Amino acid sequence: MPKTIAFQLNGRPASVEVDATALLLDVLRGDLRLMGARFGCGAGQCGACAVLVDGASVAACATEMGNLAGKSVVTVEGLGTPDEPHPLQAAFLELQAGQCGYCLSGILIGAAALLRANPDPSRAEIAKALDWHLCRCGVHNRVMDAVALAAKRIRAGAPA
Amino acid sequence: MSLPPMLAANPRLDRWVGFEPDGRARIAFGRMEYGQGVGTSLAQMAADELDLSMARLRIVPAATGDIPDEGLTVGSMSTEFSGPAIRAACAEVRALFTAAAARRLGCAAADLDVRDGAFLRAGQPTGLDYWSFAAEVDLARDATGEAPLKTVDQMRLIGENVPRPDLPPKVFGAAFLHDIVLPGMRHARVLRQPGPGASLKSFDEAAVRRAVPDVDILIDHAFVALICASEADAARAHAAAERAARWDHARDVAADLAEPASLKTLPHTDFAAGAPEPETSNRRRVTATYAKPYISHGSLGPSAGIARFEDGKLTLWTHNQGVYPMRALAARITGLAPADIEVIHAQGPGCYGHNGADDPPIDAALIAMRRPGSPIRVQWRREDEFGWAPVGTAMLMELSAELDASGRLVDYTAEIWNTAHTGARGTAVAESALSGYVDPGPQPMRLMPDGSRFSGGLLNVIPSYDIETTRTVEHVIFPPPVRTSSLRSLGGAPNTFAGESFIDELAEIAGQDPLAYRLAMVSEPRGRDVLQTLSKMCNWPHRGFPGSGKGLGLGYDRHRNRAGFVACAAQVEVDQDVRLIRMWCAADAGLIVNPDGAKNQIEGGMIMAASWTLKEQVKLGGAGITSTTWDDYPILRFSEVPTIEIELINTRDPRPLGIGELSQGAAMAAIANAVAHALGARIRDLPMTRDKIAAALLA
Repeated sequence: MPKTIAFQLNGRPASVEVDATALLLDVLRGDLRLMGARFGCGAGQCGACAVLVDGASVAACATEMGNLAGKSVVTVEGLGTPDEPHPLQAAFLELQAGQCGYCLSGILIGAAALLRANPDPSRAEIAKALDWHLCRCGVHNRVMDAVALAAKRIRAGAPA
Repeated sequence: MSLPPMLAANPRLDRWVGFEPDGRARIAFGRMEYGQGVGTSLAQMAADELDLSMARLRIVPAATGDIPDEGLTVGSMSTEFSGPAIRAACAEVRALFTAAAARRLGCAAADLDVRDGAFLRAGQPTGLDYWSFAAEVDLARDATGEAPLKTVDQMRLIGENVPRPDLPPKVFGAAFLHDIVLPGMRHARVLRQPGPGASLKSFDEAAVRRAVPDVDILIDHAFVALICASEADAARAHAAAERAARWDHARDVAADLAEPASLKTLPHTDFAAGAPEPETSNRRRVTATYAKPYISHGSLGPSAGIARFEDGKLTLWTHNQGVYPMRALAARITGLAPADIEVIHAQGPGCYGHNGADDPPIDAALIAMRRPGSPIRVQWRREDEFGWAPVGTAMLMELSAELDASGRLVDYTAEIWNTAHTGARGTAVAESALSGYVDPGPQPMRLMPDGSRFSGGLLNVIPSYDIETTRTVEHVIFPPPVRTSSLRSLGGAPNTFAGESFIDELAEIAGQDPLAYRLAMVSEPRGRDVLQTLSKMCNWPHRGFPGSGKGLGLGYDRHRNRAGFVACAAQVEVDQDVRLIRMWCAADAGLIVNPDGAKNQIEGGMIMAASWTLKEQVKLGGAGITSTTWDDYPILRFSEVPTIEIELINTRDPRPLGIGELSQGAAMAAIANAVAHALGARIRDLPMTRDKIAAALLA
């Protein structure tokens, strides 16, 4: 039975009428038309749909709405905008850390979660944090360079 | 002067270039951007020939009718073949405008220069620019190819790291075909027929309606579609439909057909070429067999497509490799005239060849024609992309060599078994579910410009060295046990993996250093340069002894034995698994339009090649492919990628030679040779998993 679920979405209050078992990815893309979280596997295996829930990176394709009441959800649209990009988004573009780009919004979310927990990660720590995320084009090294660059700028005071 | 082939096929200048009232130049080309950066490179070439800044360009979104027909975007050939066409068209437009400006100003064309679209005379503004007299210059005329192109020292944007305009949307939100929402759009999924001969025995529609009450169920012969208001409903209806369907004559593929060795047991046609069989000699003869399994494209996003059928006209949205081939495919399957089909391209996940991208638009078209009016969106599941998209064919490569008394390679035979590398081109998986379907049989033979037979399996089948006598035998299996079609490099990279592994084995038999052994067989200076550059990059002279658990190996080829030169090296550590530590690449692909983009492509190719070499194999069984999740089909992850250094050389040579597939064969071979160096034992059968390492050490 549909019920009203209220939560924070990208810093603003949101509310949807859905079944408690509805998946967050379907709600984001279908009901709320936020397309940044991407469908990759539907099984939490690729990371393309990653979003932050209360600051932790989770697979939106495997998260039921019933668990989200009162929680804070951040998608890649909530990280930054073309006019005010998050340091991660700016660094990814600066280093051209992408080819097809399908994995990038999930990776940006994973990297944002990492930098909140660890502002100065080593390369091995970045790799470990992003290991869930698959990238088929082979942009891994540029992505890790971009995460390190953004971390440096955030440590130097860039707003994140 | 002869026109570049793509310009000869689309000679009207206004198909490529126009000037718009907003002060921008309209540029159209027929190549599809799918993350490889081709749109940026081609735009850089256009801007340089027109003497415009990048900001002045408006790149026409790819759609039938709006862009020139350049067929498919494949084979690392866009910069090499589309580049000359767009350059020649733009150079001719610039020349026409310059001549017209000279007439207006009463001066010689040679007195005029163009700077960001404005005409200058002796460095001073003339008040004229492309836009001020665009109406006077008729571009509805055929190109002559007579305007001179910019020389390398006149280029300003070619050779610059221009950032890709398609990247920003991808890091901020909606960017892909998958993100398009059309008014009234409905979401559909197709219940896949379990093999081309399967027929629907029964279908419990009521059970599906219990799961999703307002589902629209479409059944036509063995084509079953579930059409819903939302993606989530379509997913639920599809899951219920899978349980509700009973099939007769479902395909049952034997699991061991996943092994390349099984290719020899399947029906095949044989093609021999090259020198006759060698006469008996007292030369040393060496033979070894290498294998590469079926490989999935593994696109990160399952394919999607949208179709709308209204008033007899079909509109398709696709992220495939070419809008005109998509139109031809849709016309053949639907019976509509091509003129009644419009195809619009949108960005999609990287395809790396013929993945599932052609299929959802056809699924959607078949539904839309039976449900006119609403746009129908079909999003394939992960299981569909892995299970029903074409895969790269398995290959078995039996190589034989004869060495003279000095150990030099003088006679080379490559005998290979594979299915057709482009076999499923121009087909859709949905076709066989329609009534009246007839299997089209093997594709007709494709011929090269010189009249010889083209086969993807033969690319780089002979290593890129000076060898006196060579011959090939190709056994082409038909029918293939699964849908196979083009995967980045076709047979090129697997052949280089095999051939370059074999060259290392021959060097060892000859008692020579692998690099020195190769250099003695490369007379082409550009090939020698990449090998010698690589040697410095990876400190080859300090390679160390075999069998220590640490290895350094290299691989070399010339792409398709006619284009770019590349050498790669890999440093590995091997215990239970192979760990990639570092990789290097030296490449001469001629003129480099966008160095950063080229490096991105080369590095991506190396990482994909590493993943193929170490991890990937499609598994078969039941109706076809059983490796339908990322758990069943692991690829290289962040913690497994090596650091990579790339050096581009000879980048201002006038001719570009192509980048997209360049590094893959050399990278596969470098890893294979590094693993053999680390182990003191050779693995000839991909992927190099834990079992294969153990088996090689016990052999």
